[in-house]
Amino acid sequence: MRTAIVEREINSSALIAEVADHANGATLLFLGTVRELNDGRAVSGMEYSAYRGMAERELADIVAEAAKQFVTDDIVVEHRIGTLTLGDASVAIAVAHPHRGAAYDASRYVIEQLKQRVPIWKLEHYVDGSRDWVNSATGDRPETEHV
Amino acid sequence: MTVTVLLFASYADAIGERSMSFDIDAGATVADIVGLVRALPGAAQLPREPLVAVNERYAKRDRVLAHGDEVAIIPPVAGG
Repeated sequence: MRTAIVEREINSSALIAEVADHANGATLLFLGTVRELNDGRAVSGMEYSAYRGMAERELADIVAEAAKQFVTDDIVVEHRIGTLTLGDASVAIAVAHPHRGAAYDASRYVIEQLKQRVPIWKLEHYVDGSRDWVNSATGDRPETEHV
Repeated sequence: MTVTVLLFASYADAIGERSMSFDIDAGATVADIVGLVRALPGAAQLPREPLVAVNERYAKRDRVLAHGDEVAIIPPVAGG
């Protein structure tokens, strides 16, 4: 198991290699990437920030929970912060397990918990030059309207 | 006693600060600190019950604070 908040490009091949083990029959890689359209607005990039100490601990807790619940130690997660452009991976979750069902479940658990608990925020940059904080926990538009 | 309050993202933008110190009475709770922060200029529209972490762990509103605690007001998270 390993988790990290990083300020560099995510090397997904390295993550897959890290979870490799002859005991495993299934390896999954989830990548979250910056997409060009959000709620109908053209996006040019994304600025991720974190409450770093807490984010690192919360992420480590989530992976420890997944490892216990789905019975595999072969889980590696990296979340990138800083300024990202279209197509850049913001998060990578590599999971390996003897069987695919548990691998899918573990991967899903990690991303869903991450989105609910890990204190990371994103400031979306739009093609028209404007910026807004994203509230993806609820799927709503930025809470700048009511904060 | 003194606690440190941390603000992030949209909340930091609204209030114009990322870190502040507050002198509080013994027995003060998370809810008391939230009340102090919401009274600051620019903070009126912070939710009445935002997520709060004390010393990097999510905490309930009735959590009693200790000298030196780090109280983070957490905007809706948006990782991934």
